[in-house]
Amino acid sequence: MEDYELKSILESLLFVSTEPLVLDQLFRVLALEGQEPVDRGQVLMILQKLQEEYREMGRGLQLVEVAGGYQLTTRPEHAPWIKQLHTVRTASRLSRPALETLAIVTYRQPVTTPEIEAIRGVDCSGVLRTLLERRLIKIVGRKEAVGKPMLYGTTQEFLQHFGLRELSELPPLKDLEEVTREYPDLAEVGQVPVEE
Amino acid sequence: MTPELKTFQREQEEKYRVQLPVFEGPLDLLLHLIKQNELNIYDIPIALITNQYLEYLDLMKSLNLNIAGEFLVMAATLIHIKSKMLLPLEDQEEETEEEDPRTDLVRRLLEYQRFKHAAEGLAWREEVWRDVFRRENQPIEQAEEEVVLSEVSLFDLMEALQTVLARVPKDKVLEIIPDELSVRQRMSQMMEHLEKIDGSIFEALFEEERTRAAVIVTFLALLELIKLQLVTVQQIKIFEAIWISKAPECKEVMDSEV
Repeated sequence: MEDYELKSILESLLFVSTEPLVLDQLFRVLALEGQEPVDRGQVLMILQKLQEEYREMGRGLQLVEVAGGYQLTTRPEHAPWIKQLHTVRTASRLSRPALETLAIVTYRQPVTTPEIEAIRGVDCSGVLRTLLERRLIKIVGRKEAVGKPMLYGTTQEFLQHFGLRELSELPPLKDLEEVTREYPDLAEVGQVPVEE
Repeated sequence: MTPELKTFQREQEEKYRVQLPVFEGPLDLLLHLIKQNELNIYDIPIALITNQYLEYLDLMKSLNLNIAGEFLVMAATLIHIKSKMLLPLEDQEEETEEEDPRTDLVRRLLEYQRFKHAAEGLAWREEVWRDVFRRENQPIEQAEEEVVLSEVSLFDLMEALQTVLARVPKDKVLEIIPDELSVRQRMSQMMEHLEKIDGSIFEALFEEERTRAAVIVTFLALLELIKLQLVTVQQIKIFEAIWISKAPECKEVMDSEV
């Protein structure tokens, strides 16, 4: 298949997709019967070209790698206008207790409720329920211990919510000596940090 | 009718209680006190911290806030540590080094601090990604909202309350029993007031109150409005004043529920 054809098809696929498209999915879809088999390297290259084009040509869309796949999204700078449409709803921010609990699950997964509560020093069942409902965490199994407590871990939804390609993209936990304010002012953030 | 209002009405006969689920917790309070007093976490003056901690619990009690068991356990822990540190040093016959009684607590505080920092990182990422939209960005509904004082913590509000209380003479009646009706009335009044003006600083909401009881009622009304998400609370960093304003798009909610 010609590059331009492939690019066009990929763009269509990315457009209709509500979830990030994983490479395997793309290859499967492209391997239509009767068509010539698609070269994986070619697909990857075209995706990168698409990414570049969107960025360099100042298009209103961007192609991001998130949750292990590719997704078309809008540019953050356009948020004010998009919100005016009122047809999109921004997800509500997570509360501080929710974020703290989520941080523990993220860095300590798989982890049980008592282990989480030992760190926060408070009951976490309410927060955990909220996080489960929002599908940011899920039950990944049971611990081989008394009572067989449930183990929690983060989800794909979690990766999407925080714009992560994969968990390793997160910074490591800090030692206390390094715990200083190092997150820049949100006002300075113009671009989405996931850069290609 | 929201679940919060059902709870509210159920407690009509009893003393008015404000239930704030998932309160930040004793470790959070301790870290706050340490920061506020600019203490060295590796060498906490236990007597000072214990006193301030207990003062806070007293304030919470007088507001009829539900004090979770964990707070009381921590209070006992602090008192225990304090007493251990007051014991005279053992004779130096035995070389055994007694572990500093604060060690375990400090370890827990540091561990919690690490995750608080990690949570900040997540919050930052979340904020950036909220402005990025994908096809069919799923609106995620939360069944029961926790109290979200995102920019201003309950502690900040309580500190501000202490300042207001300080300039009001103590009531002759020792126990304050704000009844549900007066709190609800105050809630309506406050909303009407905030409707007329764009917003108000915290202190200004208490200008009319002459008694301790009145101040408490006003404060409870404010907390309930926050919980129902009818008002937003923000802190203007430079002046550290707390700003209260009507939450956007809440008019319909107000009419049907209060």
